[in-house]
Amino acid sequence: MIELNNVNKSFTLHNQGSAVIPVMEGASLSVEPGECVGLIGASGSGKSTLMRLIYGNYLAASGQILVGNVDVASAEPREILALRRDTLGYVSQFLRVVPRVPTLDVVAEPLLAVGKSQAEARDKAATLLSLLNIPEGLWGLSPTTFSGGEQQRVNIARGFAYEYPALLLDEPTASLDAKNRDMVLGLIEGAKARGAAIIGIFHDEGARERVCDRFIDVTGFSPQVAA
Amino acid sequence: MSNYNFAYLDEQTKRMIRRAILKGLAVPGYQVPFASREMPMPYGWGTGGVQVSAATLTPEDTLKVIDQGADDTTNAVSIRKFFERTAGVETTEETEQASVIQTRHRIPEAKLREDQILVYQVPIPEPLRFLEPRETETRKMHSLEEYGLMHVKLYEDISQHGAIATSYAYPVKVEDRYVMDPSPIPKFDNPKMEMAAIQLFGAGREQRIYAVPPYTKVVSLDFEDYPFEATKAEHACDLCGAEDSYLDEVIVDDAGNRMFVCSDTDYCRSRRGAGHVGRLAQEEVA
Amino acid sequence: MRADKDFRENTRARTETVKPLLQVREIEKRYGARIGCTGVNFDLYPGEVMGIVGESGSGKSTLLNCLAGHLEPDAGQVIFDTRADGPVDTVTMSEPERRMLSRTDWAFVHQHARDGLRTSVSAGGNIGERLMAVGDRHYGNIRERAIDWLGRVEISETRVDDRPTAFSGGMQQRLQIARNLVTGPRLVFMDEPTGGLDVSVQARLLDLLRGLVREMGLSALIVTHDLAVVRLLADRLMVMKDGHVVETGLTDQVLDDPQHAYTQLLVSSVLQV
Repeated sequence: MIELNNVNKSFTLHNQGSAVIPVMEGASLSVEPGECVGLIGASGSGKSTLMRLIYGNYLAASGQILVGNVDVASAEPREILALRRDTLGYVSQFLRVVPRVPTLDVVAEPLLAVGKSQAEARDKAATLLSLLNIPEGLWGLSPTTFSGGEQQRVNIARGFAYEYPALLLDEPTASLDAKNRDMVLGLIEGAKARGAAIIGIFHDEGARERVCDRFIDVTGFSPQVAA
Repeated sequence: MSNYNFAYLDEQTKRMIRRAILKGLAVPGYQVPFASREMPMPYGWGTGGVQVSAATLTPEDTLKVIDQGADDTTNAVSIRKFFERTAGVETTEETEQASVIQTRHRIPEAKLREDQILVYQVPIPEPLRFLEPRETETRKMHSLEEYGLMHVKLYEDISQHGAIATSYAYPVKVEDRYVMDPSPIPKFDNPKMEMAAIQLFGAGREQRIYAVPPYTKVVSLDFEDYPFEATKAEHACDLCGAEDSYLDEVIVDDAGNRMFVCSDTDYCRSRRGAGHVGRLAQEEVA
Repeated sequence: MRADKDFRENTRARTETVKPLLQVREIEKRYGARIGCTGVNFDLYPGEVMGIVGESGSGKSTLLNCLAGHLEPDAGQVIFDTRADGPVDTVTMSEPERRMLSRTDWAFVHQHARDGLRTSVSAGGNIGERLMAVGDRHYGNIRERAIDWLGRVEISETRVDDRPTAFSGGMQQRLQIARNLVTGPRLVFMDEPTGGLDVSVQARLLDLLRGLVREMGLSALIVTHDLAVVRLLADRLMVMKDGHVVETGLTDQVLDDPQHAYTQLLVSSVLQV
């Protein structure tokens, strides 16, 4: 479902003497439907960079990033947009939404984007929000005013509202208490069971062991630093 | 007679105006620009109409001039005198007798014939002007038949007054093509514009001439649910008893008593001559 | 995985069978020797929102005006997929056709609402104008639709007979949007739609625009210098400098991983809140 072949990435800082900073070399991996793969490696080793490359948020310098049958590394913007709408979900650590939009609508949006009815989308959103213990009194408010933990859970609800065949999870359980953490891991297991291919970054070891089928150490994709 | 050239204007100017008139007749409702001359009267007193009349008159014509329907008001009298002196043509107050009728703000009640010409004095020829101040834009709107804006004006009328409150200078569409300002005639007169006579419109200050040939389709703009209505005061003429003519309201004393009389003085007089009597006719005679 | 396979096929079908709504080819506009914009090429697909960013004088407004038919480009084609005749070059089409297009399938939202509104006409009349322009002659219908649209842009029905001069800046802008969208256009040109508005008013407008874009399946071209606006509204981004397009791509990719020196400068110049 997700397959990377020899992906390279570097940043060129044009405004700092055109310094070229290589950040990834020869990244290759493959994730099957129903499988959850955990990325490991020290902080700064490129786990998030890899996730962003797969999501098309960063532009790969070379190589192939296949999600379904779309090569994210070479696809047109609209192909990537369609991929993000229909196939590939991403739960990041940060919530980025239009101010003023009620939480319920934030969560329902991915469902509306694939053409579900307002009623159906809001129903599903409500189910997820109560599952993740967001008090109903907050649903009508914009999540921009919420605490970090609440924003994180809204983010997760949004990521799981629509059943993406492929999911990228960046620290989904960080800043969650035990009860909510358990709930989120349950959602991940559910997604696996319905056949989603998942790549995740989990700092929390217990969570990692519980949902991941195998691990990939991204340190192996780090460029050889010529010191 | 006098040392004036026939009908005051020189022959070149009349020829120029006739060309504009012919073009106007060929393209009904289209505003033809013309080189309006200075006339020995102020703008707003019918300089456009006078120039059109001057270019239209022949020595054999009989001229009638009305102002708001009346033959005896200052404007009508002075224009009639003007042509008596400069053209030496016959003048009349009887609609029947006239071959050229210059009018300000009315159409005579009597049905006009094919051998008659009605000349209107027009203050502002551009019906779109109040909503679109740019001449370049209004010309484009006419040429592309973009007339939605006219209905915006009527929409505003209904939304503010509950009905189309425009009661004079009510816009019309001529022969399904040009939207035209019929000059400030009461909308009661609009249906009469589909007539046998030639109708010519002259705007002196704005330097425009336009025309409606005989038997041309002239439709007053409206909405499906707010159709056009040719309204008049709900009275009969107090002098001649006519119920089908446009009426002026006249305050007759300090007590606020009023009477309604035909605005077309010739129509009223001829009806009274034929023996029709209105509510107050006896008192007036007495 | 059956479901998985269906998804792939759906994705493919949706992205490949749809033809572009707008195809822009080699557009150039010069002001004497000075370049307004040059060599602009892109396709815009139905439902896509593209942002055009750049600093003042970068040519983004010139480009927008060329595309919308307000300026005549010196070279190039602007091919629009018309309802009746399919793809037609709007640069060479007759003026009546182009004006008809701009009253029906196109809409233009000006930065200053007063440029896009008739200030001497009531709010209802402003919204109704486009309906009357395309031949609606039923007062009741026109008024009903005007009131419906006031509601959709969150203006009280009680203001339908008020003139826009009595409205706040944000309300005027929303009225302008209603006036433009009432005929159900397929392509909206927006020139700094949130410029000059308070931040809170901007947010409300952005939310409204996003909702309308999705509900109506609108395609839009948004010119702005505000990167926060494009991040929230635009799917794709085009970065302009000195009349040239220096970078294009997915909005978040261009903003988070800018490739061109100018884009990097632009992104790094934004104040973080």
